[in-house]
Amino acid sequence: MFRCTDRMRHVLAGLLTAAGLAGYASQARAQAQAQAKPAVAAAPKPWAQLGRVATADEIKAWDIDVRADFKGLPAGSGSVEKGQEVWEAKCASCHGIFGESTEVFTPIVGGTTKEDIKTGRVANLARPDYPQRTTMMKVSQVSTLWDYINRAMPWNAPKSLQTDEVYAVLAYILSLAEVVPEDFTLSDKNIAAVQQRMPNRNGKLVYTEMWKVSGKPDVQGSTCMKNCATDMDVRSMLPEHARDSHGNLAEQNRVVGPFRGADTLQAPSANPAVLAKAATTKAASETVQIAKGTAQKPGDQIAKDANCLACHAVDRKLVGPSFKEIAEKYKGDAKAAEMLGAKVRNGGQGVWGAIPMPANPQLGAEDLQSVVKWILEAGR
Amino acid sequence: MDHESRVPGRIRKAPENTLTPELQVQARKARRSFMGKALAMGAGASAAANARAASGDPKILNLPTHSTTLGQPVAARAYGTPSVWEKNLQRRESPGLTRVSAASVSFTPLQGLFGIITPNGLHFERHHQGWYDIDPSGHRLMVMGMVKSPRVFTMDDLMRLPAVSRIHFIECGANTGMEWGNVAVPTVQYSHGMLSCCEYTGVRLSTLLDMVGADTKNARYVLAEGADGSSMTRTISIDAALDDVMVAWAMNGEMLRPENGYPLRLVVPGVQGVSWVKYLRRIEVGDKPFHTKDEVIHYVDLMPDGTHRQFTSVQEVKSVITTPSGGQVLLDKGYYNVTGLAWSGRGRIKRVDVSFDGGRNWRTARLEGAVLSKALTRFNIDWVWDGSPAILQSRAIDETGHVQPKINQLRAVRGTRSIYHNNAIQSWKVSETGEVFNVQVY
Repeated sequence: MFRCTDRMRHVLAGLLTAAGLAGYASQARAQAQAQAKPAVAAAPKPWAQLGRVATADEIKAWDIDVRADFKGLPAGSGSVEKGQEVWEAKCASCHGIFGESTEVFTPIVGGTTKEDIKTGRVANLARPDYPQRTTMMKVSQVSTLWDYINRAMPWNAPKSLQTDEVYAVLAYILSLAEVVPEDFTLSDKNIAAVQQRMPNRNGKLVYTEMWKVSGKPDVQGSTCMKNCATDMDVRSMLPEHARDSHGNLAEQNRVVGPFRGADTLQAPSANPAVLAKAATTKAASETVQIAKGTAQKPGDQIAKDANCLACHAVDRKLVGPSFKEIAEKYKGDAKAAEMLGAKVRNGGQGVWGAIPMPANPQLGAEDLQSVVKWILEAGR
Repeated sequence: MDHESRVPGRIRKAPENTLTPELQVQARKARRSFMGKALAMGAGASAAANARAASGDPKILNLPTHSTTLGQPVAARAYGTPSVWEKNLQRRESPGLTRVSAASVSFTPLQGLFGIITPNGLHFERHHQGWYDIDPSGHRLMVMGMVKSPRVFTMDDLMRLPAVSRIHFIECGANTGMEWGNVAVPTVQYSHGMLSCCEYTGVRLSTLLDMVGADTKNARYVLAEGADGSSMTRTISIDAALDDVMVAWAMNGEMLRPENGYPLRLVVPGVQGVSWVKYLRRIEVGDKPFHTKDEVIHYVDLMPDGTHRQFTSVQEVKSVITTPSGGQVLLDKGYYNVTGLAWSGRGRIKRVDVSFDGGRNWRTARLEGAVLSKALTRFNIDWVWDGSPAILQSRAIDETGHVQPKINQLRAVRGTRSIYHNNAIQSWKVSETGEVFNVQVY
């Protein structure tokens, strides 16, 4: 009698997967597992019911990734000609008509040759003097381009392309790089053959030493403690003209502590510490002025920040009069703003009763003006 | 109860009328006599002060406004913000690095931070297609692929699951990437600022994989996918997925910031930041790597012969002195507490050595506080600056014995044209004037 061994079931599972019969494959695999490990019914976790089963339609809506073996690639096709139309309408503004633009992103096309298509290695990648590394120079898998265009492009309207448009745009890019001819139509049927013409298909190495936590690093430093090898030569530093390339560093460091940021708007000085200190203090006081700025700060915020609301409300008397009462009293009085400003600043007593109004010297002139204006508008 | 006493926060009259009229008279007399004495004494003191100028710090001699006026009330800022005096310490873009700010990076100001935790507002940012502030009630996570039962989780579901909290660093694979060929930036913010460290709270990915019945026998990889425009995808090894990878909703005690993936992100300890997929919407279990854009076109290490190393993910042992560092100025000669950060994607930091003479001689620094696996570690070391030029370096060693290399050692193997995984020893040159410069020394 014929018996299906574990090994055979695994092999069968693999074959069926390769043939695209995933359902049968997983069944075979499940059987293999069941056989290999007699099921011990583990107690279900108390949280096992959280979440819910995903529906087939939900999975279809989100499972958009296309793998290097083209698992996940939807059926469809698109011509270079159609691709050019889509490209010029939706892609060229960022990437340039020929995928060469450096305006927004790095170029997509350029730097690959017919010879590269034969060898699968982009020769220019080995040249230290070659100025740019384009997408077509680097990419090893055509599936990656399909996947990324489909999920993320156009940049400001991702996932808006139809499946056939994705094929077409990719066909256009491949034609610019001369991977396919100008009359080519790319489809799910011929994309595997196109992979065999990708210029850098062989230019990759899966480097597992930096993939696994247990891997071994390729460059190891030294643990020498005394008289170690060093040439003490400064091999590289920023040129003088790039001193302020990242702005004034005085404004990028704290205003207290053992250090200040260098004032890079000035040339290095014999005593930069003094300069740096002055620059950071200046920068900080400007910052504080901006932070205290009243131009945009609303009156109610100033009233809140200055603790006015502890004693005043907009529409009812608390310790002091309501802002409405104040506005009513001084309606039409041209000098009211100045007078009230002085009262808020210096404090006062008697107009509204015996309880004195405390002075508020901490209020800046602009804050004072804004809050008084706000009060005279009855706290609107 | 009358109206006045029901209004909260009111100042009420002292209950003087509870005293008898006789007692009130006595009390008034006593008060007058006390005030009279006090006034006389005060006048005498001020006369003495007028006689000679007070000597000392005016900041002490003259009381400032904040000592003589009323301060701000509670909750004046419903969500607190740093002092205005700290405005200099901000996330900043590196000029000219990228062309569009929605596909760009902002750097953490390491030169001004303390300890190992990065404040949420200063965490570095890297966006590929802009950031969103996603409504958490509409966010879903789907776990599918080679699983018995694909599931969908809401945030309500996820936040009910058994949670863990872990402190880990996150470093972009391109951190220090501009320095492969030569010095390109002036300060530690731009050279090392794609680095942050937070306490993350979330559920272990292994818990979710268990719930869906992942086929861990045959699965080799998982794909993580974001919900943003670029739907960022990265392949994670099943070993990591079953080990310490987390699906996190919180950082440093509050929910994730929108710039950092609110409401859900992947945390892949020790692995470069691009794998920590933000706005996480989907996990797919598979048996092959997925070859996503950021595994095939970007985040590949270009070797001198033109080969691209793919799937280089672990962040190697690395350290940097954060103060003093490039662009800073030492205010005087004398004692300094030199401080910095060390980290390794392979585990704990075992030791940090510091050199003040460009790598000729080294001293071992003090490791401060908790030394955690795959987390930033703070180090400190004493230094007395005598005013002569010095070159400061730090060198970390992790628990696997890996020693941080010099830039020339890295270049000898990997050349100068790579962008990623530069874990070289950083050199800061202190000039005679006290100004500190970013330099490279062999």
